[in-house]
Amino acid sequence: MVQPYSWSRKLFVVFNYTFLALLSLISILPLLNLFSVSLSSAAAIEAGKVTLWPVDFSWKAYKFVAEKHEFLVSTGVSVQRVLLGVSINMLLTVLTAYPLSKEAANLKFRTGYAWFFVFTMLFSGGLIPSYMIVRNLHLLDSIWALVLPGALPIFNVILMLNFFRGLPKELSESAFIDGAGHWQTLWRIIIPLSMPSIATVTLFAIVSHWNEWFNGLIYMDDPIHYPLASYLQTIIVRMDMSTISDPNMLLLLSQLNDRSVRAAQIFLGMVPVLCVYPFLQRYFMSGMTLGSVKE
Amino acid sequence: MSRRNWRLELPLHLMLVPGIIVVLLFSYGPMVGIVIAFENFIPVKGIFRSEWVGLDHFRYIYNLSETRGVLRNTVFIAFMKIIGGLFAPLVTALLLNEIRKKFYKRSVQTIIYMPHFMSWVIMAGILIDVLSPTSGIVNQVLGWLGFDKVFFLGNDKWFPYVLAITDVLKEFGFGTVVYLAAITAVNPSLYEAAVLDGANRWKQTLHVTIPAIIPITILLTTLALGNVLNAGFDQVFNLYNPSVYSTGDILDTYVYRIGLASAQYGVATAVGLFKSVISLVLISLSYFLAYRFANYRIF
Repeated sequence: MVQPYSWSRKLFVVFNYTFLALLSLISILPLLNLFSVSLSSAAAIEAGKVTLWPVDFSWKAYKFVAEKHEFLVSTGVSVQRVLLGVSINMLLTVLTAYPLSKEAANLKFRTGYAWFFVFTMLFSGGLIPSYMIVRNLHLLDSIWALVLPGALPIFNVILMLNFFRGLPKELSESAFIDGAGHWQTLWRIIIPLSMPSIATVTLFAIVSHWNEWFNGLIYMDDPIHYPLASYLQTIIVRMDMSTISDPNMLLLLSQLNDRSVRAAQIFLGMVPVLCVYPFLQRYFMSGMTLGSVKE
Repeated sequence: MSRRNWRLELPLHLMLVPGIIVVLLFSYGPMVGIVIAFENFIPVKGIFRSEWVGLDHFRYIYNLSETRGVLRNTVFIAFMKIIGGLFAPLVTALLLNEIRKKFYKRSVQTIIYMPHFMSWVIMAGILIDVLSPTSGIVNQVLGWLGFDKVFFLGNDKWFPYVLAITDVLKEFGFGTVVYLAAITAVNPSLYEAAVLDGANRWKQTLHVTIPAIIPITILLTTLALGNVLNAGFDQVFNLYNPSVYSTGDILDTYVYRIGLASAQYGVATAVGLFKSVISLVLISLSYFLAYRFANYRIF
């Protein structure tokens, strides 16, 4: 429906495009600035010449980071944590969501079970008691402290169970008539049909494990066990450079700017999220809206 | 229940077992640990053998002037975030809805939505750099415009507003996507009818789009109100420093500092319990209202 545009309408359209462009710029410029700082020479950064593109291009910050022991070790911990944590998350999420997606008539105590899980979203014991539990289970300083306390994200369970409920009931009913039990129905019918929502929830789990920094900070006594996010937290907030003793590294560091080393590490810490982001965004809308179907 | 049904159902109950164990241990376990709030807790003695002090910790907190400041900061910061988090995405979604060029719309959406997936550690790294009084780009721009330099993260007058603004900037893209989804779901025939009645784009927005998204707006705001005591631990913890404690310290960071950093376990747990109980009441209330007026159910 094409209407002739009045001048006020034209003015609005121009304003609108400009305003939204500005909003996008505000979201993206700090990132560009960070990226440029990580790729500029120390002299250019100190002279305040670096804004949106690298000045006096230099890879040195990345070279330095690539040899930095703490950075590499913590990246390893993070990768381990994501692999282990996401597998456990997904297994438990699917196993919990499937029974809860049944009607109360088909599962005794369904309402009771549901409240048992949902109540943990409304009330928590708080920081100190949670810490004491992990400590008493002797999980401190082990990767399990990063994986087990959040092994079952209830929010993801709710997304998943609403998706399961949106599937036609006739499918599982006919599977039952053909002699399949619950395990078989879940494995052969429900999971293959739920790939979009499983993908969404998996991506959520990956991003949240990669980003989680606080658990690492409190449950790991030895910084060598920190995942990358916790390690980044210590270098960003505490700006601790004192751990370096290797003379070659010190020489390299003297030719570098603190800011560019930090920027390089922050940027590298972001890369995995930037990589999964396009998929997240694509699945998010479909996964979310499908998951919101309720009867 | 008949024997046959029970056998049919058994696998379902078995599937729930691992989840129940995890939740019992790591969610309900800490709830038992709340008794620390009523004890003079000493870790080697354990929860059950530490000395019982009743409500002493609560009396102590009540008489501490610090806690009132912390509570005030928490509510003030959270309120600013709720209000900013309501209007910014709403306006952006309405403006984006007016964009006809698909590619442009999609690009803006993609860019503004991205910071939602960055952790506050990363965001803090960027903000500390960008807002730095000596080298940050924001102060450089302020300098070009002839303003004085501002130490945004070290000035207790600015700090709460910096928190609110940066939180809105990080999260408004996410809200925009939610509102846009609601706008897309509006029945196109409503717009056609409005056009026949002579409504221009502005009138269509005013009389069709806005009324259509009022329910979801109310729903999201109600649910957000349950979070008045959650002023954002991740954000504050990564951005604050002793010079802004007076206006920037919130309940969660306070619990961390007195609890894990200075080992006053009992007092910290008491503050945490206070927060959890009030939050439980507020969240239950907001869910009840959402259920009552928007027929919203969590499961």
